[in-house]
Amino acid sequence: MAKVTRRDALTCVGAWSGAAIVWGVAGGIPRALGLANEAATAQAAKGQFTFVQISDTHVGFHKEANLDVVGTLRRAIGDINGLAGRPAFAVHTGDITHLSKPEEFDLAAQVLGELELDRIHYVPGEHDTLDNGLHGFLARYGADSQQRGYYSFDDHGVHFVALVNVLDFKTGSLTSLGDEQLRWLRQDLSGLSASTPIVVLAHIPMWTVYEPWGWGTADAAQALQHLRRFGSVTVLNGHIHQVMQKIEGNISFHTAMSTAYPQPAPGTADAPGPLTVAAQDLGRVLGTRRVVRVPGRHALATIDTPITRQ
Amino acid sequence: MLRLTAVLMFAAAGSGAATAPREIDISQFAFKPQEITVAAGTEVTWVNRDQTIHSVIAQGGGFSSRGLDTGDRFTMVFEHGGDFIYICSLHPFMKGVVHVRESIGKAP
Repeated sequence: MAKVTRRDALTCVGAWSGAAIVWGVAGGIPRALGLANEAATAQAAKGQFTFVQISDTHVGFHKEANLDVVGTLRRAIGDINGLAGRPAFAVHTGDITHLSKPEEFDLAAQVLGELELDRIHYVPGEHDTLDNGLHGFLARYGADSQQRGYYSFDDHGVHFVALVNVLDFKTGSLTSLGDEQLRWLRQDLSGLSASTPIVVLAHIPMWTVYEPWGWGTADAAQALQHLRRFGSVTVLNGHIHQVMQKIEGNISFHTAMSTAYPQPAPGTADAPGPLTVAAQDLGRVLGTRRVVRVPGRHALATIDTPITRQ
Repeated sequence: MLRLTAVLMFAAAGSGAATAPREIDISQFAFKPQEITVAAGTEVTWVNRDQTIHSVIAQGGGFSSRGLDTGDRFTMVFEHGGDFIYICSLHPFMKGVVHVRESIGKAP
């Protein structure tokens, strides 16, 4: 398999024609597994452990950038329900709602309930903590974590860690996980074999994508210290409403598309926020991710799929 | 339109200062003006003029708004002197300061 550079990969994205790109990462070098049409994707995922990532649904948002966030979410759900090879479950990496209102949580739960999957694992985004901190989030999704917000679980030999990095904002700086959660993480990982694949879920990127916009986690390095001994670590984030990837040793970082609205690329606008694109292009910048455990590979493969593919 | 009001209560008696209400716009991801000085007892209202959500959260937790959508307002009455630094929790690079002075506007 030929190595591809980031330029090559971006060229592939630019030449998008209804196909998904399957990414694999090995030895610190990102490699495209090839442009995969849906049949090939299905074949690659056939019989494998797969799950899907949904992020930044922002239920309650109703502005020019997207006047129908429930509609675009339902298109994404339809795509997932139509996948050949049923994912084991979904993860939602935060900003379920736009304003943390109870009616937004209710509507989000109702619509996400249309996913034909057994369960969804959630982490909160900062938009889910605007009304009395984690109260609204934990009222619905606190059972996984005994009402702490952060938790872990195991599935198909993969250890999943769900973190909260949307509560501890300090003036003019990045958000953080905080010492208590870092202690818990160290303890949670302590009994695991280094060969256990790890997936980390957190809303805000666990690497500094762009500090002036707060797109990073101040104490992520301390969390990563506990993760470096593992042979395969996949970090799945949301928050920035666009796909970005970074590799550090055995750790790969992936931010995801939103199902609600895009945001500008780092530094390309005066500030982050909803980006209005031409109506016919909106579906090309919204989407979901499928994650596949490929036998014989340390790293998990990710497939980012927009809701408009033609 | 949502209107949120909070009052900081302190042990000291309220001042008799001139306390014309002040307004701070939240616009283009900035608090405008970013820094104000007011007399104790002044009512300060933040108004979100942006298309995106913002919040007003005091450093140290003295006061906090809910998420403010476009056009939403958050009002505080500052009854006691001090320097109150605040941020938007959604965009922590946004920072503002309210200086409250108990002597401003008092009769000599």
